[in-house]
Amino acid sequence: MIAQDLSVILPEIALAVYAMGALLFVVYAGQDEAARPLTWITAAVLAAVGVWIAASPEAGLGFSDMIVKDAFSRFAHVTILLSAAAVLALSVEWMERHSLLRFEYPLIVVLAVIGMMVMVASGNLLTLYMGLELQSLAMYVLAAIRRDSLRSTEAGLKYFVLGAMSSGLLLYGISLTYGYAGSTEFGAVILASVDGSLSLGLLFGLVFIIAGLAFKVSAAPFHMWTPDVYEGAPTPVTTLMATAPKVAAMAMFARVTHDAFGLAVADWQQIVVVLSVASMFLGSIAAIGQRDLKRLMAYSSIAHMGFALMGLAAGTAAGVQAMLLYMAIYVVMNFGTFAFILSMTRDGREATDVAAMNQLSRTHPGRAMAMLILMFSLAGIPPFVGFFAKYAVLQAAVGADLFWLAVLGVVATVIGAFYYLRIVYLMYFGEEESPLDGAMGGTQWVVLVACAAIMVIGVVNFFGIDSAAAIAAETLIR
Amino acid sequence: MEDSLLSLIIFIPAIAALILAVGLRGEDPDGQRNAKILALVASGLAFVVSLFLLAGFDPDAPGFQFVEDRAWLLGLRYKLGVDGISVLFVMLTTFLMPLVILSCWTVTTRVKDYMVALLVLETLMIGVFCALDLILFYLFFEAGLIPMFLIIGIWGGAERIYAAFKFFLYTLLGSVLMLVAMVAMYVDAGTTDIPTLLDHQFAASPLYVLGLAVPGGVQTLLWLAFFASFAVKMPMWPVHTWLPDAHVQAPTAGSVVLAAILLKMGGYGFLRFSLPMFPAGSEVMAPLVLWLSAIAIVYTSLVAMAQRDMKKLIAYSSVAHMGFVTMGIFAANQQGIDGAIFQMLSHGFISGALFLCVGVIYDRMHTREIDAYGGLVNRMPAYAAVFLLFTMANVGLPGTSGFVGEFLTLMGVFQVNTLVAVVACTGVILSAGYALWLYRRVVFGDLIKESLRSITDMTAREKAIFAPLAFFTILLGVFPALVTDIVGPSVGRLVDAHEVAVSNLSLDHDVAGTDH
Repeated sequence: MIAQDLSVILPEIALAVYAMGALLFVVYAGQDEAARPLTWITAAVLAAVGVWIAASPEAGLGFSDMIVKDAFSRFAHVTILLSAAAVLALSVEWMERHSLLRFEYPLIVVLAVIGMMVMVASGNLLTLYMGLELQSLAMYVLAAIRRDSLRSTEAGLKYFVLGAMSSGLLLYGISLTYGYAGSTEFGAVILASVDGSLSLGLLFGLVFIIAGLAFKVSAAPFHMWTPDVYEGAPTPVTTLMATAPKVAAMAMFARVTHDAFGLAVADWQQIVVVLSVASMFLGSIAAIGQRDLKRLMAYSSIAHMGFALMGLAAGTAAGVQAMLLYMAIYVVMNFGTFAFILSMTRDGREATDVAAMNQLSRTHPGRAMAMLILMFSLAGIPPFVGFFAKYAVLQAAVGADLFWLAVLGVVATVIGAFYYLRIVYLMYFGEEESPLDGAMGGTQWVVLVACAAIMVIGVVNFFGIDSAAAIAAETLIR
Repeated sequence: MEDSLLSLIIFIPAIAALILAVGLRGEDPDGQRNAKILALVASGLAFVVSLFLLAGFDPDAPGFQFVEDRAWLLGLRYKLGVDGISVLFVMLTTFLMPLVILSCWTVTTRVKDYMVALLVLETLMIGVFCALDLILFYLFFEAGLIPMFLIIGIWGGAERIYAAFKFFLYTLLGSVLMLVAMVAMYVDAGTTDIPTLLDHQFAASPLYVLGLAVPGGVQTLLWLAFFASFAVKMPMWPVHTWLPDAHVQAPTAGSVVLAAILLKMGGYGFLRFSLPMFPAGSEVMAPLVLWLSAIAIVYTSLVAMAQRDMKKLIAYSSVAHMGFVTMGIFAANQQGIDGAIFQMLSHGFISGALFLCVGVIYDRMHTREIDAYGGLVNRMPAYAAVFLLFTMANVGLPGTSGFVGEFLTLMGVFQVNTLVAVVACTGVILSAGYALWLYRRVVFGDLIKESLRSITDMTAREKAIFAPLAFFTILLGVFPALVTDIVGPSVGRLVDAHEVAVSNLSLDHDVAGTDH
């Protein structure tokens, strides 16, 4: 029995063993000269595990249904693992340049990844919480990894204080749910609402759980930490924050709402609609005033989370599919953009102000073209893949009769288009200013160009991820 | 070959753009010339291939021809096809683009990028007229904003940044509402296939939105969402304000493309979606459109008279002429719609030529101020003759294509709403006012301005651009059946279907009335 349980979480165990073993090894083998190969090896391990999970069949349930390995968790796992691998690959050059490449960095990322994998595969509020905490603790450390920088430590502390508070909210919601449903298991919680409505206590539990989850996905009005932490954290860590944990949190959000509270859609739908509208508008409007690219991307991520939540608000399989698709596409767009931000230096120092993009098309036409594609894709302008992400979400929302939500969403798109357009405007018809340094790391260049190419070529058939997302969504809806 | 002809026409310019963007390097004179030649050859090739389309097109066959249908992502289909309404717009685009590219032969800043933008734009414009899937249509329709944004922003005039942003955001806001409506149509009908949707009946029973009764129900709401997009694109009064800004700041080629082709997407959209798919909505809203058109014709003609900038004057005259188009479409009879399509095609030649005329003297004097010119006929006789021809065509002189369109639309509207027709007729007089006055101030009089003494007449290249435009303006003026024979049968079926749908509606109302 225990062997079968363990086989369910084999990938997590493998990663954990790898992390511990590598830690022991580098302690003995001398530390910082090992950092560079270790980062590459870790990236390869994460990618290999991702491919392994993608290729292997679903493992099923384990540990008395506390772990659920279905098509949904598989989709999320693959996205998370590949994202984390890409982050590590992108990090090396930047971290070396800022002499931050220590052996702890890739290993903490692995621990965060294990937390995320547990989060999205949990069938119980307690495993969910454990995964979330492992992920969060690792991320707090990563945000503050630049110990000698005031901004970085400040970001880490802010992230920690607000994150701890959200964990508290979540835990409080879990305890209420346990009190009124008599169990923390999703399969038992759902039985407490078979008549389609929740008791008052469960409703309170649900609201607190959603508030805690909204912190993690940085949906307005629980977004406050995002811009500061994005700006203060080292850029590779910001890249990680913008991608893998977002996917994990959204997937976890979907699992809690559709699984544990899957029969009380009307009760949480209104909350998610409000979160969605608030995030889309706040993200779009607040980004207009930003002059720092990392802050701008923080607000952009808030707006994008609003859109992904629009898919969830539908409460249907189509909605979950749209959300998964949205997150996968969002991750790719962010990788391209951050690959560029990571390469931005002026006179050898990091320069992330928007003005540094001025006249990029003259100095580096290829990069400017790639960024143009990514910006229009982020804005959701066809023919790029980003448009189809928005289209899928809108279709789910309208299909669930959330007509006004769809209308508000597209209005927010137009507002949001402004700041993406401004970047294009700076690159192509801005004023001549002190230009960026020419050098760009090889990995960064490859990722930037590859992501831009995916945004164009993906229009042909999405590389089949839409059907994978559809299968994943089907398993979640009971 | 037969079933992928449309794809071939659409993607020839795109492939050339890709070759230019990736393969060709350098901004030295040789590289610039190569870029121009490649762009000209590619757009010329697209035109030649599109001639096969025209030759193989059978006006009397019902439905769509040259249909190409492939599975695409998210349950959408990559479906292309043309009917009598769209085929001539494809031809207009492929015909004009080589001339447009020829017209920017003197550009020297970032030539390669310019050619790439124009070729991508051509691909997208042809795609709009061929798409037979809602989302595919939206993709082409909306993506055109990107190259146009860059064309205005990089190669435009002094206020280009404001104009580019206004153009982009204004048209985007209109279009996204249409996207929501398209999604709603998919949810209702279960398909995004345009031929199927043409036969689909959307609910027309009255509906309450926020306590307000909406006659025509869902159809009216959908109609309004599409209207938001097409009216901005068209552009109709009072949402036309982006057009003068965009036109004035855009480079000559951008202005020509904008006036001659991009504006036609709005009219095409009305004909492809609004009128046949939402007959009840169109019926409810037609009086509004007719009056907005009449106001547009009179108001913008008056505004045109007050302009000091030549491009702005022609831009306002475009809005007035598009007023005839919307009026003709929503008259919803054979003459009206025939006239509207004719007017769109002829306006494509005439407004394109007029912007090129401005471009010719702008290239020499670098100003568009009317006051800076005068007496050009003394130094530029050939130019004066060409400008006269297109001015007269713009006024709607019989014998030019401008007359046929205006006459047919007025005749169509007269049968539906006499008062609107009467008001719109005054626009014909006003157009003579602003156009002839412009011509007198620029071309006639004594050559007293010192700066104009050394101005030279048109070059052979410029003459070569105007010759085909002049030829078609006159040919269509004296032999309009060339167009109406192709357009007529499709329009006839559209009008018949519309009348049947509308009469069914009034029947429904009677039944509902007896029930109560």
